Amino acid sequence: MRLGVLVLTLLLSMSAVAIDVTVLPDAEKQARYEALTHELRCMQCMNNSIADSPVGLASDLRRDVAEQIIAGKTDDEIRDAMVKRYGNVILFTPPLDRSSAWVWFFPVIAALAGLFIGIRIVRQRSRLVEQDDSVIETDESAR
Amino acid sequence: MNRFIVPLVVFLGLAGVLYIGVRHSPDKSIMASALLGKPAPSFELPVLGEARKLSSRELAGKPWVLNVWGTWCAGCREEHPALLAIARQNLVTLVGLSWKDEDAAAQQWLTQLGNPYSVVAVDREGRTAIDFGVYGAPETFLIDERGLVQYRHVGAMTLEAWEREFVPRLKRGGLP
Repeated sequence: MRLGVLVLTLLLSMSAVAIDVTVLPDAEKQARYEALTHELRCMQCMNNSIADSPVGLASDLRRDVAEQIIAGKTDDEIRDAMVKRYGNVILFTPPLDRSSAWVWFFPVIAALAGLFIGIRIVRQRSRLVEQDDSVIETDESAR
Repeated sequence: MNRFIVPLVVFLGLAGVLYIGVRHSPDKSIMASALLGKPAPSFELPVLGEARKLSSRELAGKPWVLNVWGTWCAGCREEHPALLAIARQNLVTLVGLSWKDEDAAAQQWLTQLGNPYSVVAVDREGRTAIDFGVYGAPETFLIDERGLVQYRHVGAMTLEAWEREFVPRLKRGGLP
């Protein structure tokens, strides 16, 4: 229990060391800023968003997002501006096109394949059980 | 027999997918620029060591090469001899972009190592670099006489990359 509290305290103190301390003039803009910076990839570190990355380029991109929000750009306009400069790879959720199609459809294909294999295994097993039964029956009738 | 084939096929399929994933993971050095074939972003930036500004409009009409560098960047030191050799060929205007750097450090670097650039624009806040989609120094762009981005090299520039990627594109444009 005490260990749990200790770990929890440590975890909480980690989140207190915020990388980004930008504050926008109103709550609505702040919320949009936080959402957008979490969906843009830090191009230098790849698997971090620009909100989570301490590198200089990420803070430049955050500044860019904040400035565009203040300038009255919509979320889509800001995303488009980023894609124009860095390509779709900057979005953690890339749009569906020919190059990204397999990323979108592979999980569905894999799930269907898993389901198919699962059903086959279950059927096979139940057939074995039936055969077992019949063996027992014939055994009994033989007796 | 059959009970081994299905898991084997699944395993091979999964291994294949993961192999492709590993081979094609977004390697930082192979990403093509999103700006290829598009107009190079415009800028107006201070010129290193001079009191004037450089506007991208001044560069229009002729092909030019933009090299993004900083004295804090190891790859930039590595590529510097290649840049000097490229500059000696005198094929194209070589513009430097001093990215998020101190002017004094940049000037000292050029004095010590030699200056391959026709002109160096100073991007202290990194805004122009973002417009070019730069994600790590050094990066080198080829812009044609129409102002369109024709190529981007990521990482230290080499004479091989210059001969293979830049020179043919320069010649294709029907230029010097």
